Amino acid sequence: MSTFDAVPDLGLNWLDASGDHAEIVLSTRVRLARNLQGHAFGPRARVNDREAVLSRVRQHSDRLDSLEGATVLHMPDLDARRRTILLERRLASRELIGSADADPANGTAVVVSGRHPLNVMVNEEDHLRLQSVVSGLRLREAWSQVDRLDEELGRELPYAFHHEFGFLTSCPTNTGTGLRASVLVHLPGLVLTKEISKVLHALGQVGLTFRGLYGEGSEVVGNFFQISNQTTLGKSEEDLLDHLDQVVRKVIQHEREARQVLLRDAGSVTEDKIWRAYGLLRYARSLSFEELMNLLSGVRLGVSLKLLPELRVYTLNKLMIFTQPAHLEEAAGRDLTPSESDAHRAAFVRRILGSEGDVSPDGPESSDERPAPGA
Amino acid sequence: MDCENCGEADAVIHLTQVVNNKMSSLHLCEQCAAAKGLETEGPPAASFPLQEFLAEMGGESPAPAPAPVDEKCGFCGLTFQGFRKAGRLGCPHCYISFEGHLRALLGRIHNSTQHVGKVYLPPDPTASQLERRLEGLRGQLRRAVDAEDFERAAGLRDEIRILEAEGVT
Repeated sequence: MSTFDAVPDLGLNWLDASGDHAEIVLSTRVRLARNLQGHAFGPRARVNDREAVLSRVRQHSDRLDSLEGATVLHMPDLDARRRTILLERRLASRELIGSADADPANGTAVVVSGRHPLNVMVNEEDHLRLQSVVSGLRLREAWSQVDRLDEELGRELPYAFHHEFGFLTSCPTNTGTGLRASVLVHLPGLVLTKEISKVLHALGQVGLTFRGLYGEGSEVVGNFFQISNQTTLGKSEEDLLDHLDQVVRKVIQHEREARQVLLRDAGSVTEDKIWRAYGLLRYARSLSFEELMNLLSGVRLGVSLKLLPELRVYTLNKLMIFTQPAHLEEAAGRDLTPSESDAHRAAFVRRILGSEGDVSPDGPESSDERPAPGA
Repeated sequence: MDCENCGEADAVIHLTQVVNNKMSSLHLCEQCAAAKGLETEGPPAASFPLQEFLAEMGGESPAPAPAPVDEKCGFCGLTFQGFRKAGRLGCPHCYISFEGHLRALLGRIHNSTQHVGKVYLPPDPTASQLERRLEGLRGQLRRAVDAEDFERAAGLRDEIRILEAEGVT
């Protein structure tokens, strides 16, 4: 098992923007909630329940094909900053990492596969949260990955399963398939043309729900929305995924139409907004994360409309991740005050946009070998 | 940043509008955004009013069968009242302990109480578990064929054959 330091790209496979519709759909995530027989669920689990669950997962994680070369990150062994980095990379939830001033619960861990876009949260609300995150709109691919891991783990560990209710979970909203599929979409066209509230309302009517970038309870920033299935019982996994896929494709179509309306009816204003956003990003000396996200939204729109042809979606994806507070502190090697953080963020953005190279705070600059979007 | 409409609450929605070729930005709190038709949360149909469901089940509405206060899970000791308060079950056995109440609750949340997805096969399955898994796989195979997903259908067919062979031996 490697340590945190040995895997700087942990969980970042989806950044490469290689998936379908990657200029609008950042990532597709499919997760399965699973629990083991004979142990209390997360909130009521005693220390030995949690440690027994983690021990069984550790025992098998090296032997499963899906988790080949896996890294097991035990939350109590990590400092608060590194735990927050896992949150910022969407590998861990707030509940799993605990708070900055309190130790996380014993037995809480994240297992990250070395070869596949897969990870497992251990001892969160449910004993296991199996998750696959891939670039673009690729629900079937994410499902196929996580399904295979589920089959492999389920052959080794006795899952809690009921012939009528399906997979048993701590919260009844996950019972049945335990499947939550989320597609992270960028919808500036629908926001700018004020069509977004109609779209969001329609999602509710067809049994889907939306949230902000970081999931439950988070705000919508930078016009990024997560669209997910709402129910998990009474439909097969394939039906849940197909339904979400169909609806997201319609949302993408509306978004594309809205962008064309913007260009047609307010082309000069739209172009000005995009170039102003790009100018601010390139030259600002201080950027809050919220401001960055809103500017990135404009620049992303510009890239998609081919108004900023020299930029690539991969670069923008990377900017979103590496400019989050804990990532900046990790790069600086120390805690940062909010104003220092804003200055470091602006400097990092200038460096990336100035060079357009593959620069990460974890390592030296190198040429960008990842595929261009749509390639 | 304060809301530009009421100036009191924090702005959580940042809206850029283009009207008559002029762009303007609006920073609004949740309440003012909702008043202008832009919701930060899903519309009522999109949210899970789980606490409301649970409250109704406990007799706070004219629900016909309030749960007895001392009903308790024999494995983890969670009471039904405790579940209603937290919205989380204590262990897999709670699904047996509170089966009747949960069936009603699951029906309301999901519009169904019958799982039709993957059928789990435990490490040392009994004959009936094996048969249930086979039934589930046959259903998945039918759906894959209907959807013309032949690659998946082929995989399911192979799995069914392997399990059928195991069942015979």
